[in-house]
Amino acid sequence: MKKNSHKFLSKKWAPYLFISPFFIIFIAFALIPLGFSAYVSLYQWDGANAMKWEGLANYVWVLDLQDVKWGEIFSLDFWRDLYSRDFWRALYNTLWIGFVAGLPQHLVAIPLAYFIHTKLRVLRNPILAIYFLPFITNTVAIALVFQALFSTQFGVVNEILTNIGNWSIFGMSPLSWLFPTEKIDWARGDMTRWTVSFVVWWRYVGWNTVLYIAALQTIPQDLYEAARVDGATPWQQFWNITIPLLRPMMFFAVTLTLIGNLQLFEEPYILTAGTGGSGRVAETSAMYMLKIGMTDGDFGTASAIAWILFVFIALLTVLNNLLFSTKD
Amino acid sequence: MKKISLALLSAACLATCFSASAQQKKLTVASFPSFDEAVKIAIPIYKKLHPEVEIKLVSLGYGDHHNAMVSALATGAGVPDVIGVEVGFIGKFAETGALEDLSKAPYNGLSFKSKIVPYTFAQATSTTGALIGMPADIGPGTMIYRKDILDKAGVAEADLTKSWESYIEAGKKIKEKAGVFLVPHANSVSDVYIRSNVKSGDGIYFDSADKPLLTTPRFVQAFQYAKSIRDAGLDAKVLAWSNEWSEGFKRSAFATEMRGAWMLGQLSSWLAPDTKGKWRAANLPNGSYASWGGSFYAIPKSIDSEQKKMAWDFVKFMTTDKQMQVAAFSGLDAFPAVLEAAKDPFVDQPVEFFGGQKARAMWRTTAAKIPALKVHKLDPVADEIMNAELTKVLDEGKDIKLALNDAQKQVERRMRK
Repeated sequence: MKKNSHKFLSKKWAPYLFISPFFIIFIAFALIPLGFSAYVSLYQWDGANAMKWEGLANYVWVLDLQDVKWGEIFSLDFWRDLYSRDFWRALYNTLWIGFVAGLPQHLVAIPLAYFIHTKLRVLRNPILAIYFLPFITNTVAIALVFQALFSTQFGVVNEILTNIGNWSIFGMSPLSWLFPTEKIDWARGDMTRWTVSFVVWWRYVGWNTVLYIAALQTIPQDLYEAARVDGATPWQQFWNITIPLLRPMMFFAVTLTLIGNLQLFEEPYILTAGTGGSGRVAETSAMYMLKIGMTDGDFGTASAIAWILFVFIALLTVLNNLLFSTKD
Repeated sequence: MKKISLALLSAACLATCFSASAQQKKLTVASFPSFDEAVKIAIPIYKKLHPEVEIKLVSLGYGDHHNAMVSALATGAGVPDVIGVEVGFIGKFAETGALEDLSKAPYNGLSFKSKIVPYTFAQATSTTGALIGMPADIGPGTMIYRKDILDKAGVAEADLTKSWESYIEAGKKIKEKAGVFLVPHANSVSDVYIRSNVKSGDGIYFDSADKPLLTTPRFVQAFQYAKSIRDAGLDAKVLAWSNEWSEGFKRSAFATEMRGAWMLGQLSSWLAPDTKGKWRAANLPNGSYASWGGSFYAIPKSIDSEQKKMAWDFVKFMTTDKQMQVAAFSGLDAFPAVLEAAKDPFVDQPVEFFGGQKARAMWRTTAAKIPALKVHKLDPVADEIMNAELTKVLDEGKDIKLALNDAQKQVERRMRK
C-alpha cells in the first residue's frame, strides 16, 4: 500500500500536480484564447461563416497608414489627418484620458498618503476606507450615478450651478459672472473627455493612496529621526526621504495605472452610452475594438486591434521601466 | 478587454447552464425589452395548449441581447432555442449562416406569406435566399404629442402634421408659449425622415446593389431638419432610451416624439404612466409614412432537432396565431404582423392613454401604406456612423454635405470587402 501511494505521488511529480490547477486554467482561459486571437487576426471571420485568409490585411486596415503624408509630420495637418482615422483617434483618446486621469491620481495620492500616514491616528482607517470605497464599487453603478449627476436637463450639478448663477438680490444676479446661468451641456464634445477622466481619477485615487501608504509603512522611522536631528524641515524630509524611498512603489503603481488606463472601457462606455460621445472624443481603443468586433461582426480585425494595443502597452511599460527603475 | 471577454464568457456560461440543466421539454427563448413582454404574455396561453412545455425567458437589454446572440451563435455556447431579433439587426443575423432556413421543410414558413404583412418576409430573407426569421410585429411610424401642452401654446395638430417646416414652426411657438421642448433629440426627426420616402427596393442606408446611400437628398434633408431644430433650441439634446429621456417624459419636458406605434406601450407601462390621457397620436408630418421597428423570431441551427420542432411550434404560435397576436397588440402595443389580427375589433377600441383616441385604427391605415424597407447586414454600422456624423453637425456645426460625405466614406471603408 505504502509503495503504491508513493508511485502516485512521487517526489518528482507531486510539485507539478500541485501547481497544475493554475496552469490548466491559465492554458484553457488565457493561453488558448490568446493564441486563437492571434490566429483569427490573420483571417476574415464574422463568427459564423467560414474563415477567409487575409494575411496581414487586417493589421494594415486598422493602422490605415497607406496614404499618410509622412513628409508633413511636423505640421498640424498631419496630426489632424491622423486623428480623423478611427484607430489613431481611439488611441489618442485613450492616451489623453489615461494621462489626464492618471497623472493627478499619483500627484494627489502621494501627498494624501503622506498626510494620512503621518497626521491621522484614530480616523486613519475610516478615512482610508472612504477613499478606497470607489475602487471596490461596481463601475456600472458609479457611471450611472455620475450620469444622473451630470445629466444636462435634470442633473443635480447643473441644478446647483444654475441656481447659484441665477440667484438674484435687488433685481441683480451678483454671481452670474462666475456661475453659469444656463444649463451646461456636459455631453458636449469638449466636455466628455474631462468628465470621463474625472470619474476615472476619482475612482482610482483611493487605490493608489492605499498602495503608497503600504510603501510608507516600510520606510524606517530612524531615517526621519536622523534627519530631524540634522535639522531637516518636514518639507525636506518629505522631498529627500519619502519621495526617493517611494520610488519602487511609484513604479509599480504607475505601471498599474498605465495598463489599466490603456485598457479603459467601462467608464467611457457607460457614460457615453457606448457612442464615445460627440465626435467620438471619448471612444477608447477598447471601445473601438468592441465596436469592430460586435457591431461590424469582424472578429479578425478586432483581434488585430487587440494585438496592436498589446504592442503599444508593452512599449509604454518598457518606457515607464526606463523612467522609474534605478540602476542599483 | 479582459473584462469584456470575461463578461461575455460568464454570459455564455450562464446561458449554457440553463440549457444544460434543461429537460427534454424546456424551451429557452432569448429576447429583449419590450419585445420580451410578448413572451411573458404568451407563457400562460401557450401553457394551456402545451402543458408539457416549460418556457424559459432569458432577457437582456436591446444592445446586449443582440451582441450576446452574435457571440452565442459564433461560439455555439449558450444558444437558446428561439431568438428574438429586432429589425435593425435582422440583416446582420441573416448573413451569419447560423440560423435555420425557415422557408424549407419541415418549417415551410413561406406558406404563411399571404397571412402576414408581406414586406416583412423580404427583410428576414438573406442574400442567399434563406428565410431566417418569422415576423412577429411591425412598427408603423407615428408622432405622439402632448395635447395639453399644444393647447397651452395655441398650436393645433394640423400645425404639426402639415409639413416638416410647419412642424418646426409649431415647435418654436411651443417653446415660446409653453416653455417645453419640441422633441427630446433632433435625431428623432432625422431618424424618422430617413425611414420615410425610401425608394422602393432600397434600404435605409444601402441600395439594392450594396451602395451606401448616405449622400442622397433623403439624408441631406433629414440632417437639415435636425439642424434647424437644434439651431432653434427646440430639442433637449436627450438621447432616446437614456435615463434623461424617461425622466423628461415624466416631467412633461417634451411636447412630441416620433417613433413606432410601440411608443404607446413604452409610455403607458414605464416611461410616463402618469401622463395618461394627455397624449395623442398623429400621422407624421407632410403625409410621410415610415417603418420604425419590427421584430422577428429565429431558430438557431446548432440546437438538436427535437428542440427545433418545439421551437418552431412556439414561433408559429407567436407569429401566426391571431389570438396571440391580438394579445401582444393589447399587451405591449406591438403592431401585429398577422393581417387578420389587425382587423380584430380590439383595434377599433378607443385608447385611454390617448384620451380615448382610436389610435390603433389610425396605425392600421398607416401600416398598409408603409413602404417595404430592405435590410442590410451593415445597417448597425451605418447607423452608428451616421449618428456620429449627425452629432458633429449638431454640436460642432460641421457642414452637412461634408459630414455626409465623410459618413459615406467611413461606411465604404468599414465595408471594405
